Order: sequence, then C-alpha cells, then structure tokens
Amino acid sequence: MTTLTRRYRFSASHRLHAAGFTEEENRELYGKCNNPYGHGHNYTLEVSVRGEVDGKTGQLARPAVLDELVGREVLAELDHRSLNEEIAAFSGGGEGMVPTTENLAAWIEQTLQAGWRTAFPDGKPELCAVRVLETKRNSFELRT
Amino acid sequence: MLITRRVEFAASHVCADPALSAEENRALFGPAANPHGHGHNYVLEVTLEGQTDPRTGMVYDLKRLKQILNEEIVTPMDHRFLNREVAPFQQVIPTAENIAAEIWRRLAAHFQGPGPRLSNVRLYETEDFYVDYAERTAGA
Repeated sequence: MTTLTRRYRFSASHRLHAAGFTEEENRELYGKCNNPYGHGHNYTLEVSVRGEVDGKTGQLARPAVLDELVGREVLAELDHRSLNEEIAAFSGGGEGMVPTTENLAAWIEQTLQAGWRTAFPDGKPELCAVRVLETKRNSFELRT
Repeated sequence: MLITRRVEFAASHVCADPALSAEENRALFGPAANPHGHGHNYVLEVTLEGQTDPRTGMVYDLKRLKQILNEEIVTPMDHRFLNREVAPFQQVIPTAENIAAEIWRRLAAHFQGPGPRLSNVRLYETEDFYVDYAERTAGA
C-alpha cells in the first residue's frame, strides 16, 4: 500500500477554556493555555492520502490538487486567525468546541472530507490521516 | 518492536511520460517535468519489525542494515540521474511513489528469512512531501 503525505503550515491563536468548568478549574486543567488573552502557535499540518498508484503517471495523487484543496478549505480559513473568535466551530460564546489541537485535527478532517469531492470527484485517493503539530514537541494524529 | 534507520541520497530526475506532449507533461507534473531534470536530497527511512533477541538485546544488527542500505540504495542512487542511470527508471517514471516501491523491492529480498521483516519504506522528496510504501508479507 502506498500513502502520500504533504506538509503545510499555518499560524493561529487560541485560548483553551471549557464552559463546563470554573475559572479556577480551567486554570488548573489547561495551565498557561488558559491565559485569558490567548496565545498562538505556528502549526504544522500533515495530510496523508492512500490509494492506487496510477500505472501511467506513477502518481498516487497530484500534489497540486491536494494543495489547492487544503489551501482553500483549511489554510485560508485558519491562517492568521483567532480560532476562538473567528472559526465558528470554536466560537459562539461557549457553545463551540474548545480549540485544543485534538479538536482542531477533527475539524480539519471533517472540513477536508466535506470538500473532498470538489478536488477528487471519484473520491480517489482517500484521506487517510490528518496530523497536526502544535509545536515540535506536541503532535496529534487522526487516522480515518 | 519497530526499528528505523535513516539515510540520505542526492539525485536528479525528470517526471514526464514520453507518450505525452511537453504541454501535457507540464500540466500533469508541473515543474518536475522540466526535461533537463532537477534534483532532491532524498531522505529514506526504512523500518523493520521484529522481536528483540534476548541475547543481544537487538532487533537487528544496525551495522548490517546500514550496509544493505548502502549497497542497494545509496551507492547506486546517490549523485545519479535516476532516469538515465538507475534501473528501472529508464522505463518507469521516477516519481516518489515509484522510487519508494523500487526501494522496497530491492530491500525485501534481504528480509525473507527468520528475523525481522521489512515493515515500511518512507521516502521524503522534500521536507514537505513524502510517501510511505509497504507490501503485506506472508504471515504479517
């Protein structure tokens, strides 16, 4: 089996604060990520696809097609944004998800799946993993 | 237990299908279709899976793995023009997908017997683009 992975970068800010906990519990739970003014990261995103290598082209996917999809659906939405303030899934006055990188990876996976057939009309190749590195030391991977 | 060794080689290639026109190749492969070729510092990560030998405390002799990687991959491919100098890329387009599959074929023969099996080949063409290749082997 062959999988192909492209790596992208975006910068965004967030604040980890869950509506179901008190101020003190949030400080305890999220530590400095609970700073009320927020903070930011240079995120790295790895998107992996799997499928058959085309016998004629020797390619599993055209990287430019994947780049266009990820650029349009994910990077244009997230880059240089405040996740809590500007991304609907993470905002809404406590209704949204906490923008942990776990939840961010899930949002990216759902967003890519929703737009997948605009780039790959027959559904091939298929998305097989989304990995988000919050820093060089923390990474979160969702395999589909 | 999985063990991984990383090696690097620098090589040039052209990604183009001789059956297509220059314009079609440019549309399909982008700048990689430049007929004069271009190069990469490829990074190869080879992963073996096996049991730790209780006597040596090792899954496999890393010196031996390094030697196999040098003989099969680095020496034949480093500082070469893949399309002209390395089989089967005179006939097969040397995309990262096809190079990874060829690396698997070259290495698999060394890991057929007892001991660890070849688990994965990961080939980075650049820091931002890599492919993984693995074939299921008997008993895996």
